[in-house]
Order: sequence, then C-alpha cells, then structure tokens
Amino acid sequence: MLAKRIIPCLDVDNGRVVKGVKFVDIRDAGDPVEVARRYDREGADEITFLDITASSDNRETIVHVVEQVASEVFIPLTVGGGIRTVDDVRRMLNAGADKVGINTAAVFNPEFVKEATDRFGSQCIVVAIDAKCVSADGEPLRWEVFTHGGRKSAGLDAIEWAKKMADYGAGEILLTSMDRDGTKIGFDLELTRAISRAVSIPVIASGGVGNLDHLVAGVKEGEADAVLAASIFHFAEYSVGEAKQYMAERGVEVRL
Amino acid sequence: MSQTIAVIDYGMGNLRSVAKAVEHVADAADKVLVTDNPDQILSADRVVFPGQGAARDCMAAISNHHLNQAILDAAKSKPFLGICMGLQVLMDFSEENGGTELLKLLPGQVRHFERDTEENGQRLKIPHMGWNKVRHIDNHPLWKDIPQDSRFYFVHSYYVEPQNREIIAATTDYGIDFTSAVARDNLFAVQFHPEKSARDGLILLRNFVQWDL
Repeated sequence: MLAKRIIPCLDVDNGRVVKGVKFVDIRDAGDPVEVARRYDREGADEITFLDITASSDNRETIVHVVEQVASEVFIPLTVGGGIRTVDDVRRMLNAGADKVGINTAAVFNPEFVKEATDRFGSQCIVVAIDAKCVSADGEPLRWEVFTHGGRKSAGLDAIEWAKKMADYGAGEILLTSMDRDGTKIGFDLELTRAISRAVSIPVIASGGVGNLDHLVAGVKEGEADAVLAASIFHFAEYSVGEAKQYMAERGVEVRL
Repeated sequence: MSQTIAVIDYGMGNLRSVAKAVEHVADAADKVLVTDNPDQILSADRVVFPGQGAARDCMAAISNHHLNQAILDAAKSKPFLGICMGLQVLMDFSEENGGTELLKLLPGQVRHFERDTEENGQRLKIPHMGWNKVRHIDNHPLWKDIPQDSRFYFVHSYYVEPQNREIIAATTDYGIDFTSAVARDNLFAVQFHPEKSARDGLILLRNFVQWDL
C-alpha cells in the first residue's frame, strides 16, 4: 500500500532558511543544506523549498541551494516561489529539483501550467493553491484562491480551480489554507477533504500544523495524500521520525 | 579497476539526479558519462537508461537522437538498468497517447491504472506518486542487502504487463499487483526511481555498478 508522505518545508530567503508566522514574524533557523540533510536522515519522504526571496537579483541563490542539496540528498525535492516561465522551470529541474511548484503565475496565466506540463511532464509540475474561506457564518463552506500572501482574492472558487489545474496536467496540488497558515491550530480539514475528493491527482495538505495529531487528522479526516509542515520540524519540536512513528501508531501507512 | 557508466541522455527528464546518485555509489575512479552518443553508449561498461514524460515523446526523442539501435544493442550485451520510462519503452506497445509503438525488446504491454479504484474507502489517486512496497520475486543480485517489502519512490500513471511472467523481478500493490521490476539476463529495469529512494535506492544502484554478469 502506498504510504502517506510527510514533507518538511523550508522557506528560503536569500539562501537562508526562515519561517514566517502569518508571513510577518520571521525567525532565522539555519543553512538550507544542513537542514535538508537533517530531514533526510530523519526519514523525510520529500523536501520542499519555498523561495521567498523578494528581489529577482537574488533568485540565483536558490539555484545553488538546490544544486548542493541534490548532490547529497537522494529523495524528491520540490522548489516553489517565483516560478513564472518555462525557463524558470527548466533552471530548477536542471539544478536538481524533481518538481516545481507554480502558484501565482498559474492564476494569472493558466496556460503556463499546460505549457510546463507539456514540456516537462505532469510528474514534475505541482500547482500550489492558497485558499481562504469566504462563506459567511451559516452559509455552505466556500473557499477562494488568494494571491499576494493571502491578501488578494483571485475571484476563483478553489475547488473549481483545483479541477481545472488537474485538467491542465498538474501532477499534484499543494493546498495551503491561508486561514490556518502560521496558526498552529491544525489544517483546514473541510477544505482539504473537499479538494482531495474533487480531483484524481494527489493533494498535499499545508497550513496550520501545530502538533502531530494535526498530521494524522490531515490524512484521516482531510483525506490528504501527503502532509506538509514547516515550523514543527523546523524548531525541532518534533523530528520527522517521531511524526512518522506517531502516525504509524494511529494506523496511518507511512514509510518507516 | 575503473569502469565507464553511461547514462543515456535523450532529452527526456532530469538526468542530473540519476547521474549524481550513480556517482555517489560508484568508485572514485569510475567515470559516469551523461551522453546521447551511440558510440559512447556502446563502448561503456554499463548503461543506465532513465526517462520521464509521455511514451510518444520518449519514442520521438529516442528516434531524433538516433538511439534506437544503440539502446537495443546495449540492453542485450552489458549490464543495463532501465528506470521508469526506461522500463516502459522496452515493451511492445503502450496505451498512452492513444496507442504508442515501443522498442519491442520485451514482449508485453504498458497499461494505464484503472480510474476510480478504491482502497479502504478512499479513491486511489493517479499518478501513483510516493513510496510503495516492492516485493522481490527472485533472488536477483540487484536486491542484495535490500529487505523484502522495502519502500521505493514511484511516480507514474502507466505500468508494464510483460507477456512472459518469468521476467517479473518484483511486484507492487496499487489497487492491483503490478510489475515494478523486470530482469532478463544482463537487463534489469524498474518502474520506481532508485535515485530518489534514499538508502535502499542507493543500495540498488550500488548493486548495479558492482553487478558481475
């Protein structure tokens, strides 16, 4: 049986690992190559790098990070953040990334997803969706796609958008709840389940993990195929190994 | 004694990670050559044949690089490791892209996973992406030091169905028991990605670079 994947995420700014709580309060916690090595040793199933470097002048730093990590860490690596053109995708894949996450660029130009999957194959294109609940109290739940770190609605229904991206060839959806990101109160399980049921491709749940029960719930109740977390691993509150052991004890199929 | 290991480059997919992983397990004196040159492939001691993407694109790329004969010759004559599409294109025919003729080295078909298959109440996603168990059927030297049912990293929507079941070297369960590795004489080919399968993947690659026929 296929294992549920546990994916630590590293936010990288100018070549250094950081993690924003609600994208504001940023703490520095180390060298990405060191951190990736540690996650690999602990049994991470994949590693995701999110490049949050603001200046395009410094974009090359993430390429070097990926090159270094890919030379010594032999598990799948995903890179997201600032991927806007087919050349950006190619540069990351050539640096040693296995998958590339496309977020804002997909919203502004959905054809880019088609172009990228045609060129490089669905297996390496992850569409990242930042979703926020927009229904009022008492209304049926509804989520929209947001851009600009959760500040602007793109005016797209998140479920319809996920289906469209799957039709356009995306190999996987990385789904982040902007309501939960940085809160440590757990995934938005309704959102995760709704998207996971709507598409036939794998869905990675993200945003809100504060403890190991949240990871279990993401898989069991959210029906996610993989769970992504940053800060709980990052500040060594829990190791990836502990997380997997905990999940296995609660009946989740994981790679131990 | 140093040796040359050719990694066939026909423009399909990310060869850097395959080459890096092979370099990682090879002797320092060994030469890992990423190449689309038929002569270099034929003169190498061992050949790794990776691949990603759609069947029709892979076949077109092989043909555009004039590699059909070199791949077939290498696959019959020296330690040869096919990975992912490098396994699938060795078969006769794939259902992908409305039907694609393949290299026809191994009799059999390439099929798409059945859609909407359920397991424990949840629909199985396609592509089959992630870490799944590999059950060895035989005692092939490439399984040395790899425990039965170890997990390897997969990402694919199609699987091979060899006509001759004797070449099946491993199976994996994803709704059905599908063939996840084949072995015949000097040839070994896997559906999963050893270069992305952490320790066990590196052991398999090490076994390949040390494989004495």
